[in-house]
Amino acid sequence: MPRLSGDRLPAGPNTGRPAGTQFRVIDPDVDLRDPTQQPGGLRQWALAAASAGGILGAEARYGVSLAMPHQDQQFPWSTVVINSTGCLLIGLLMTVLLGAPSPHRLARPFLGVGVLGGYTTYSTFAVEVQRLVLQHRPLVAVGYAVLTVLACAGAVWLSSTLTARALPAGWESERTTAVEHR
Amino acid sequence: MTMLLIALGAAVGAPARYLTDRAVQSRYPALFPWGTVTVNVLAALILGVVVGARLSAPATALVGTGFCGALSTYSAFGYETLRLSQQGARWLAAGNVALSLVAGIGAASIGWWLGLSLR
Repeated sequence: MPRLSGDRLPAGPNTGRPAGTQFRVIDPDVDLRDPTQQPGGLRQWALAAASAGGILGAEARYGVSLAMPHQDQQFPWSTVVINSTGCLLIGLLMTVLLGAPSPHRLARPFLGVGVLGGYTTYSTFAVEVQRLVLQHRPLVAVGYAVLTVLACAGAVWLSSTLTARALPAGWESERTTAVEHR
Repeated sequence: MTMLLIALGAAVGAPARYLTDRAVQSRYPALFPWGTVTVNVLAALILGVVVGARLSAPATALVGTGFCGALSTYSAFGYETLRLSQQGARWLAAGNVALSLVAGIGAASIGWWLGLSLR
């Protein structure tokens, strides 16, 4: 594994690590290298927020799948739309939350873990690829997988880049990249 | 009725992802997003069983659309892949895509095969 400046757990008292270790958030749901994500008194509230947001996201996904029905052997456009729009929104959300001076502690559990995590789906994507292979449509399966990965990576990049440019004065492009521990 | 079952499944699935992700990260601290890979592969396996076993429409809404849909996430997978590549960890980003695809589709296949035996 390549040695990276960010490949560290947060520094701080009793961790045996030097203070001020730099890192960048990788996992938008919860990244334990980020000290603000360490277990706190809000854990039950975070779970409740994730649960409530998950319901909203899952119902929205169900709504899109009803609006764009497809047969088993057809190209699953509705899942492409769901996952790429979810990726568009996570880029926007995370750029805002990582740059905000003091984001609400339940904003990420509710909107990121809950709504967007509940809205997007990896399980349906994987099962649809497998189903297309079983139906002897390997080219469609590969096309679907490649299109989804590219569309989603592109969506996160686009929304993160555009949102970072639009952040108001006083907001940083990444507030949590260098947390000093005392 | 379908919407209620989806809500019930998702109400459990989303916090289950949060808890599983935390548990994996605290045991295996790494830059690589093992937590998200774990929940996505697990959800693909369970949904494979649901589809392979041809469960009833209500059971599919509860376990498949609700629970597995909320347990798995494409938004976190997409975000992690971009973040890894943006901080110079291109191979980890590529590895995340490759592992998620191979393990996710593999788990869906194993689940489907297991589901067949439940028909």
